Amino acid sequence: MTVVTPEQHGLKAHSDGGWDAEDKNFVPVQTRSGRPKSFEHSDFAPVTGIEADWKLTPVKLIKPLLDDALDGSAYTFTTDAPAGVTVEWIARDDKRIASAGAPEERASANAWTSFEQALAITVTSEEHVTLRISRADLGNTARGAHTVITARPHSNSTIIVESSGDALLSENVEVVVEEGASLNFVSVQDWNDEAIHLASHFVQVGRDATLKHTVISLGGKVVRVNPAVHLSGEGADGELYGLYFADEGQHLEQRVYMHHKAAHTRGRVNYKGALQGAGARTVWVGDVLIGRDGAGTDSYEQNRNLVLTEGTRADSIPNLEIETGDIQGAGHASATGRFDDEQLFYLQARGISEAEARRLVVIGFLSEIVQKVGDEQLEARLHSAIESELEGSKA
Amino acid sequence: MSVLSVKDLHVSVETEEGSKHILKGVNLTINQGEIHAIMGPNGSGKSTLAYTIAGHPKYHVESGSVTLDGKEVLDMSIDERARAGLFLAMQYPVEIPGVKVADFLRTAKTALSGEAPALRPWIKEVNSSMKALRMDKTFADRNVNEGFSGGEKKRNEILQLELLKPTFAILDETDSGLDVDALKIVSEGVNRARENTGLGLLLITHYTRILRYIKPDFVHVFVDGRVAEQGGPELADRLENEGYDRFLTDTSVA
Repeated sequence: MTVVTPEQHGLKAHSDGGWDAEDKNFVPVQTRSGRPKSFEHSDFAPVTGIEADWKLTPVKLIKPLLDDALDGSAYTFTTDAPAGVTVEWIARDDKRIASAGAPEERASANAWTSFEQALAITVTSEEHVTLRISRADLGNTARGAHTVITARPHSNSTIIVESSGDALLSENVEVVVEEGASLNFVSVQDWNDEAIHLASHFVQVGRDATLKHTVISLGGKVVRVNPAVHLSGEGADGELYGLYFADEGQHLEQRVYMHHKAAHTRGRVNYKGALQGAGARTVWVGDVLIGRDGAGTDSYEQNRNLVLTEGTRADSIPNLEIETGDIQGAGHASATGRFDDEQLFYLQARGISEAEARRLVVIGFLSEIVQKVGDEQLEARLHSAIESELEGSKA
Repeated sequence: MSVLSVKDLHVSVETEEGSKHILKGVNLTINQGEIHAIMGPNGSGKSTLAYTIAGHPKYHVESGSVTLDGKEVLDMSIDERARAGLFLAMQYPVEIPGVKVADFLRTAKTALSGEAPALRPWIKEVNSSMKALRMDKTFADRNVNEGFSGGEKKRNEILQLELLKPTFAILDETDSGLDVDALKIVSEGVNRARENTGLGLLLITHYTRILRYIKPDFVHVFVDGRVAEQGGPELADRLENEGYDRFLTDTSVA
């Protein structure tokens, strides 16, 4: 018998497989739903930066959020809540807390352990209503925060949370879309240049409920938003969109998880990003899990990155796990590239200058996501924000 | 009267197998108002001529010249050529996600004329051209060429031809892939543009059928990177009956 050793094939220990673990019976997590969860900060080992979940993140810059005590007090925000929506601070023992999920990593658990009160948004209106919340004064102290959004059965709403100013923030956002409800949730990160923001969104979408979830990251030094969406009721529908524009020295990361838990669920994931300037860095990881009970699932995820200058890096990692054979469709796509020369040629051949053609192509590329936002006021603002990002490149 | 003149044009293109010489000395003169058909078998260099005149970066001019009223076109950037009055209706127009037809047309018109067109007359003009080309009003709100059928893309090209009013237009296989109804609509659009603006046309085609609707003044047969024969409209009829075999037997020996 010939003995085949790993050395023969040049196999190396997998960086995230725990091959060098003390315990030789160590088995890495086999499925996306199998990751350890805990509400306790101390249950998660200190982060070294080689863990699968952290290896693409600038761990040094986020140390305080991983390890230090966080200020979990209530913060100021502005809002103008319409009828049929309540916005309030609630205590840790409120039953709405922990209704959508639990932390799967150390920074998220640190925020959970630290928060004193949670911001609760509850929608009951069956007529479509729009709630805007603006946070601009979080300051530079390390904070932990918690938000719970509950869309009551058959309610219909758009909730836009816009963040700006300084921040050193780790937060958890729980979202529960109850039976037959429709929620359009938009999270806009337009922080100051030095801000650091880590967020985990835990989302449960109930029977025949519809969720549109959009993450827009424009400003901040490190912004990492990880939405985990569970289509847990039959016929649940989830559309997850993302738009990011990384400039010089910015790290924008999103780890998206779509879990088709119940039967006949439909999921769409579409994230688009642009990168410009030295050290502009983006990470997109898209995990889709179609569970054993996900019969009749229809799922598609994609990520597109447009690289505008030299010296940038975009990681794009789609993962698809399917545990049942009885699905309607599942697919994924990822592409990172420079300008399409044929698009530029077409526009220039109509007399449009090269600079204007480039501007049109970038804005066009990103506006596919902007058009999904479903709020004219915000769409107009995003268009001008993208314009000024592009102008920044000329400076 | 404007004149577009191509003189001893040699063009190569980079391929995986190395540089390939495609145009081998093309001579052609088009006066404003004339219709020239360029016909030829696949791979003879017809499209290369079209894209070289328009300035596509893929094509390298080895020697020769293309002048518009004496000015060297080959020294101009792509958009300068368009502003000088040249237009290329493409065989495979690309999709431009997120850019609406209406916005694109207005941006192009503004770039060509140096100022934004007055809104009301412009919208009226766009609508009437779209109507004439049997394009639904919703086209204006769709992204450029995105999800368009082959016929819709060609109509969109001719819409631009009508609205942007070039001095010379090159139509690269505008007839390919069109059914007879679409072919008539597109041809009518081209004829209308010519009547309205008196533009010169370079009609590149593999088949003779578009020439039933757009009557050429001159026909040039393109073989192996140069004009092998030229004549009047009767040459097209002869090609219809005989095909390109007569020309191909000469070159296939080489």
